[in-house]
Amino acid sequence: MSILAYNGGAVVAMKGKDCVAIATDKRYGIQAQTISSNFPKVFQMGPTLYVGLPGLATDTQTVHQRLKFRMNLYELKENRIMRPKTFSAMLSNLLYEKRFGPYFIEPVVAGLDPLDNQPYVCNMDLIGCPNEPEDFVVSGTCTDQLYGMCEALWEPDLKPDELFETISQVFT
Amino acid sequence: MASVLAPEIPAPGFSFENCQRNAFLDQKGFPAPKATKTGTTIVGIIYADGVILGADTRATENTVVSDKNCQKIHYLAGNMYCCGAGTAADTEMTTQTVASQLELQRLHTGRTVPVETAATLLKRMLFRYQGHIGAALVLGGVDRSGPHIYCIYPHGSVDKLPYATMGSGSLAAMAVFEARWKPDMSEEEGKKLVRDAIAAGIFNDLGSGSNVDLCVIRTTGPAQYLRTYEEANVKGKKQGSYRYPLGTTAVLRQRIIPLEVEAVSVRQVQPMDE
Repeated sequence: MSILAYNGGAVVAMKGKDCVAIATDKRYGIQAQTISSNFPKVFQMGPTLYVGLPGLATDTQTVHQRLKFRMNLYELKENRIMRPKTFSAMLSNLLYEKRFGPYFIEPVVAGLDPLDNQPYVCNMDLIGCPNEPEDFVVSGTCTDQLYGMCEALWEPDLKPDELFETISQVFT
Repeated sequence: MASVLAPEIPAPGFSFENCQRNAFLDQKGFPAPKATKTGTTIVGIIYADGVILGADTRATENTVVSDKNCQKIHYLAGNMYCCGAGTAADTEMTTQTVASQLELQRLHTGRTVPVETAATLLKRMLFRYQGHIGAALVLGGVDRSGPHIYCIYPHGSVDKLPYATMGSGSLAAMAVFEARWKPDMSEEEGKKLVRDAIAAGIFNDLGSGSNVDLCVIRTTGPAQYLRTYEEANVKGKKQGSYRYPLGTTAVLRQRIIPLEVEAVSVRQVQPMDE
């Protein structure tokens, strides 16, 4: 079994028309046994910036703390908030630094650019190879099923309430 | 002595912090998962006045296509680009590192960096890591000595060739080159040949797919990056819609987080009359 599936969990993010959505489950398990059903995997990193870190639970928390640390330093130095694209580059570098001993997470970034409010979604593999598609990203333990649902339900230019309906039906 | 005011500068380069833990997990029956590979067709040729690079745009994770339109031709400098095959993160990060070194070199010397320099930087980097950085590259560019194509393998060996292919679709693409490549082709002929070589990879190799990207670097003038030169696989139009009507999902709780919108207003101040 893959260590990425040890604790379980999945995250999806989608683009809509001038909006983004990110969805996650909150399960924390050890293989088939559920320990908790209130374990966060998606974190708010800025006013319009969210990151999902599905994978090994210990690394979810470690990477979240390290990201918060680097981001606080950036925002103190630069005196401005971080753009989603910058955040992805930072996360990618953080993960690639551990190229030969990686964190077992496959992150998803979703947000609106603070400058022009353009939607942005991105996912990465565990060593930080970014992928920035025009539609949706999926990550976690049931990506095959989620890819199928996304391909079936997602359409371009969904309005916020339509995007909510789409992403929640993809996830359930 | 490290303190809050003078923190210790972390060591540059890779960190091996998690290696012991990961080796332990491996021994307990949880092997490290595989990273995204770009099962790829990448090519490069020399033509009459420059080089043409080509790539497909598929990225895969095992059998799943993880990106339908990814960029595999990476910028190195104004006069050279580099196609990458192999582990996606490795090709991306290696080319970024070398691009920044080349820019520093250009600013230091004040002249266009030769393609040979980039080839040397790349092969040293890859040889240093003994093939663990899984990047197979086709480097193409022009300098004062003319156009050059280099093939750089993950272990650090280098080939200097007039036409080169790499990746899982390299055999299909090389078949096209062996049949039709000749010295001093025109730009139109060259672009057609590279397109056909990439298309051979896209249609005959399962690891390659989607679109054709080209990059033309002429000895005269700037490089021309032709992103999505041809959409080889146009996706069929969805006939029906599976949209759920609004309100299908029961909302148990909702929380509205107001966004602080920063408005910047600029007031023009007229100079006072004398």
